[in-house]
Amino acid sequence: MRYIEPHGHMVSRTTDDYQAMALAGCAAICEPAFWAGFDRKSADGFYDYFCQLTQIEPKRAAKYGLPHYSWLCINPKESEDMALAADVLALIPEFLKAPTVLGIGEIGLNKNTRNEMKVLEQHIALAVQYDQMILVHTPHLEDKRKGTRLIMDCLKANGVVKPERVIIDHVEEHTIHDVLDQGFWAGITLYPESKSTPVRAVDMIESVSAQRVWLNSACDWGHSDPLSVPKAAQEMRRRGHSAAAIDRLVYGNPVKFLSQSPRFQDPAAQA
Amino acid sequence: MSTPQPHPGAPARTREQVADLHFMDARYKLLDLAAFLDRLDRAAGGEDHRVRGLRAALPLLLEKDEGRVARILNLWSDPSVEPIAKADTKAASGVWPGLK
Repeated sequence: MRYIEPHGHMVSRTTDDYQAMALAGCAAICEPAFWAGFDRKSADGFYDYFCQLTQIEPKRAAKYGLPHYSWLCINPKESEDMALAADVLALIPEFLKAPTVLGIGEIGLNKNTRNEMKVLEQHIALAVQYDQMILVHTPHLEDKRKGTRLIMDCLKANGVVKPERVIIDHVEEHTIHDVLDQGFWAGITLYPESKSTPVRAVDMIESVSAQRVWLNSACDWGHSDPLSVPKAAQEMRRRGHSAAAIDRLVYGNPVKFLSQSPRFQDPAAQA
Repeated sequence: MSTPQPHPGAPARTREQVADLHFMDARYKLLDLAAFLDRLDRAAGGEDHRVRGLRAALPLLLEKDEGRVARILNLWSDPSVEPIAKADTKAASGVWPGLK
């Protein structure tokens, strides 16, 4: 089996995880910028983080034969500080020149505040200015439905963003249909407790047209599983899905979306 | 029991096949939930808003139509539509605190 991990926070993982993912059939990893678990005090902290994402992690992944790509932003959990957000946004254009950067992400909302909305609008404007794809983080738990709607309204209000170049991640049963109906891609994030389990993800896949859906593990510093995508594939196999259908979901779909960036190379084409 | 409404993206399967695959998983989760409620009974203090939300969701499990997960998630969701002025926490609790 082959698969793409389109959303993994590998700076939080050990090299053993890289090895396990490679052994499970992972062919490429994409890493959006994320909250570190604490608020960084200055833009210098983000400068170092962006260096890590664009220089260090690709080298670490390459040791296991894995191409590594990244997305850049200030995460919504740190967007309440508008001055810090402005400083970080000013850093991003320089890093967009890095050959493995795919776009702006994971942007979005956390607690659905006015400041978070302003910084989201600024990120969207930056993506439009530099013709970048967008990877969206939707809020957690009870804040998700409201935040998903606010984010989609914000993207549509921009007027220029093409929905097919935006993936709205962390969808669940109460948001996936709205996201797909409005033309966006939908990401199902697999966690042991929060968001979706692999079993629920397969239920969702069976209930929608899955042509614009990807699965990801996020695999951050919290309770998460870097092998959850192949585990979801295993669940599909148990239920009788064909090998072709599984490959289309865990490999073909992410390749189709990510290939909208000229930076992304289909690993199969490189083989 | 409701009339089967298979999804177009799902291979055909019987209810027995679904139970063969997933019953034990559902069984232990239900027992874990019962044990959690028992544990709460043995503890001091008032009802937490998250537990109140969990109890409010239990009747939805017994509804006949498909879509139980979405209905529970919607029940627990913040129903407001406007951005808030400022958050007093970064974290979400799992159930909208205003749920009665």
